[in-house]
Amino acid sequence: MKRYSAFAIAREAFRQHKGWGEAWTSPEPRASYDVIIVGAGGHGLATAYYLGKRFGITNVAIIEKGWLGGGNTGRNTTIIRSNYLQDPSAALYEKARSLYETLSQELNYNIMFSPRGVMMLAQTEHEKRGYLRTERANALQGVKTRFIGPAEVKRLVPIININGPRYPVLGALWQDRAGTARHDAVAWGYARACSAMGMHVIEQCAVTGVESAGGQVTAVNTTKGTIGCKKLGIVVAGHSGALADMAGFRLPVESVALQALVSEPIKPCMDVVVMANTVHGYMSQSDKGEMVIGGGADQFNNYTQRGSWHHIEETVRALVETFPMISRLKMLRQWGGIVDMTGDRSPIISKTPLGNCFINCGWGTGGFKATPGSGWAMAELIAKGEPGPLAAEFAMTRFREGRFIDESVAAGVAH
Amino acid sequence: MLILTCPCCGVTAEETEFHGGGEAHLKRFGPGSEDADYESYMFNRKNPRGVHFERWRHAYGCGKWFIAARCTMTLEVFATYPAQTHEPPAEVVTQIKSKRPDWEGFA
Repeated sequence: MKRYSAFAIAREAFRQHKGWGEAWTSPEPRASYDVIIVGAGGHGLATAYYLGKRFGITNVAIIEKGWLGGGNTGRNTTIIRSNYLQDPSAALYEKARSLYETLSQELNYNIMFSPRGVMMLAQTEHEKRGYLRTERANALQGVKTRFIGPAEVKRLVPIININGPRYPVLGALWQDRAGTARHDAVAWGYARACSAMGMHVIEQCAVTGVESAGGQVTAVNTTKGTIGCKKLGIVVAGHSGALADMAGFRLPVESVALQALVSEPIKPCMDVVVMANTVHGYMSQSDKGEMVIGGGADQFNNYTQRGSWHHIEETVRALVETFPMISRLKMLRQWGGIVDMTGDRSPIISKTPLGNCFINCGWGTGGFKATPGSGWAMAELIAKGEPGPLAAEFAMTRFREGRFIDESVAAGVAH
Repeated sequence: MLILTCPCCGVTAEETEFHGGGEAHLKRFGPGSEDADYESYMFNRKNPRGVHFERWRHAYGCGKWFIAARCTMTLEVFATYPAQTHEPPAEVVTQIKSKRPDWEGFA
């Protein structure tokens, strides 16, 4: 792997940039690996990266049916925050957020982490009380957040209408070290680092079956042949149900479509991320100038990566009331991703009925922000066979035991 | 956007007139059942890629519950039928089989 630096740019400038080489290699699969990770999205690649970095396990293949980072990693609205109510969530998401702070340096790959601040608007009295409670919970958890009043909201976001007729802005929960990052670059940076450690990133290779014997996974069948493994990590978001079915167990997960859209690019007008959970909409401005808008999930199971039109209409209608200036903007493009929703809207990082098979799923509508923390916790689970402190509460046995991590109530919506 | 026909009142409308109710034909487990059975009933779902049976309510119409057979890969709706049944009617199964020969059947 060539190290990226100012000197490298200067050196390449003198030879027409012909010496950069591939960021990661595209090898043919070996007969077997110590660990196979299914799914080369952000979470899968982060899992592989921390397996190598923290535990020295580098005989690893990351198998991807499409192209690297082409699923939800490339389809989200890139928001990173950790202002959660419940302790297990706050710990996990804050770990991820803190890893994002130095990830560009660590990976030697610019993931464009931009801690521009995230505010979650309180637009009803109920929501205001909820965020005041979250603010205090965050103080106890060591997550730096602050509840700010409408005047401060208006100062930070001049384009906002705080006196809307239906949903006036009563304040906001403000996290100033939250923000955004370049989603593709997170996957690319991890893939490059994994490849540099000797791991195999195998794209265009779909898993078609899971072979097991005596309650242990022995191999996976793929479109590039059967590949043996000592341990298997399933990190496939919306398609977790299908993989679990191959492995012979069921998950408390349903897959639905979640959509986002961007406007035509305009000059800089909003330098923070604003989430309005009462009206199910959130918006930020990308570096290219597009207003990036995300909305609510569909109400039915779906694997088509496209959602229902009326959700876009509902989201935009609500945001136009809060940001009147966006009514003049044209929509540039719209897309959907398949998100895996659990009953309590919190993720699963867990052992499975198969002893050497582990699963990381259920991130629902908010997985991108957790990518490094998720990989960190999942790598520990795979390496040791038992969850560490970050993952322990996220075992899927929590549904049987009634130990929900109930953020859906805390946030009022899917998060 | 889905177009569904309510089998109770016969109205055909787009999905905003309906409310989704999740997987249909779940076997219920109540008080006194095993933890595993109760968990399976409450949380674990088939979540199939392909033929899916799901509950819908005609929320802005007659208000009745019904069941739709639908493909999660194409969003094609095969049929809708009243909810007073524990498994899909034979004619619905035949209809799905004719369009999805590979489908392993309702289980």
